[in-house]
Amino acid sequence: MKIFVNEVDNLLTESLSGFAAAHRDLVSLNLDPHFVTRANKAKNKVALISGGGSGHEPLHTGFVGHGMLDAACPGHVFTSPTPDQMMAAAEAVECGRGVLFIVKNYAGDVMNFEMAGEMIVCDHATVLTSDDVAVENSTYTTGRRGVAGTVIVEKVVGSLAETGADLAHCKALGERVNQRTASMGVALTSCTVPAAGRPTFDIGENELEMGVGIHGEPGRRREPMRPADEIVKDLVTAILHDLQPVEGSEVLLMINGFGATPLMQLYMLYHSASKQLAAHGFKVERSLVGNYTTALDMAGASVTVCVLDEEIKRHWDSPVHTAALRWGM
Amino acid sequence: MKTETILQAVDAVCDAITEHEAEIESLDRALGDGDHYINVRRGVTTIAGMREELAPLAADVALQRIGMKLLSTIGGASGPLFASFFLAMAKRLKETETADIAALAAAFADGVDAVKQRGKSDVGEKTMLDVLIPVAQTFRQQAEAGAAMPQLLEAIKTSAEQGMLSTRDMLATKGRAAFLGERAIGHVDAGAKSAQVMIAAVCDFLAGRP
Repeated sequence: MKIFVNEVDNLLTESLSGFAAAHRDLVSLNLDPHFVTRANKAKNKVALISGGGSGHEPLHTGFVGHGMLDAACPGHVFTSPTPDQMMAAAEAVECGRGVLFIVKNYAGDVMNFEMAGEMIVCDHATVLTSDDVAVENSTYTTGRRGVAGTVIVEKVVGSLAETGADLAHCKALGERVNQRTASMGVALTSCTVPAAGRPTFDIGENELEMGVGIHGEPGRRREPMRPADEIVKDLVTAILHDLQPVEGSEVLLMINGFGATPLMQLYMLYHSASKQLAAHGFKVERSLVGNYTTALDMAGASVTVCVLDEEIKRHWDSPVHTAALRWGM
Repeated sequence: MKTETILQAVDAVCDAITEHEAEIESLDRALGDGDHYINVRRGVTTIAGMREELAPLAADVALQRIGMKLLSTIGGASGPLFASFFLAMAKRLKETETADIAALAAAFADGVDAVKQRGKSDVGEKTMLDVLIPVAQTFRQQAEAGAAMPQLLEAIKTSAEQGMLSTRDMLATKGRAAFLGERAIGHVDAGAKSAQVMIAAVCDFLAGRP
């Protein structure tokens, strides 16, 4: 595996520094501990803070800015950030209306945000995202993973928070969007954690991993390669089985690349998934196609469907200005 | 317990973890996302590097500092779990007047309870607790029975080894290995392995073995 690197231990800091310099009109970077905030602190709103392991860029730093997050806390590659980061970020961005943490449902992220919550003094609440349908939910497990649908939660709740809505309202909408959103991914190759230097999993030239997670964790099963429409059919079927939307529902369709799959491929998947959703009687009213929740250099993609309603649609459409999403302003 | 003993045990743990790099990494690649070794190594080397800061402190204060440092350096699930262990152990020792073997066993058990609470997990879920819980029980039993030091250390080592091996045939229900379902069966859990390696290293050090 070839990657651009000076010292592997400096990779994250160098990348964050580059990100902050490239987007200095939007964000500022704190190095000790690591967190990214908006360049101009917002006033009189609930402060939205997310965070998670690095390697999923642009998640979450790329979504800091007007209409989305107030701060993001990047951990080491595929490793959740630590409570001191969340505490320092909260202190930097909280402006009297409380803090909402948006946390992907992984044991590490949940525990670190939980410990930060126990130590901060301001009002705070948490929305856990768990849109990945590849892993069945069960009272005996950690539960479903939070994946690309997290971007939709951050966008919609981010918009609501800009209106001055209170903490309870922001949390409730975040949970509603999460419940109405489902994702599933497929990997064609493994990813390689730079510090480990070896692929996370072995996969044959003619195999795919159905239901893969965004850290290269295994999904439902290993299968031989098949035509794209058939792969998409399995993803869409699993998602619809989970969401059970009413026929005729309006949906947002997101095709998310995992890092090493070209946009040309992602649009081809969008073509396939949107046709299939239409055939099931759903109206694809909004779309997002690109690399938004990546897994380093993994080849593959995920399909996310969010069942819209008027409020969610309005907040999806509202102006946003971040490094990775910008429209309406 | 002297702080100097803790610091030397930390050095022993540091060496042992490095020695088992390949094994822990390959277990974690099989069941997790391959970063467990990197995170644990970052934690133990950071603590080893705190020698000057820790040396003048009382044992309970040193353990408390170790807990807070682990919390801000490891991340992932391991960070809060290791941190909770040391913070709870420090708290118990602070309230203890004579730090004899029974008091240490009680403090260790408190640490393990804190890990259970933080991770909302228990024995049988293919995690580090499959090592820590039996070790805490053995430690307490041996201490209560007034076992001689070499016998106590040997019993703890055996208990850790058995606990680690018990994870091989378990389904994982906590942590990232839980996403694998039945595919997790047949592999020892990386977190159980690293916990066993650390406990064995401390026992060997205390027994005066290289």
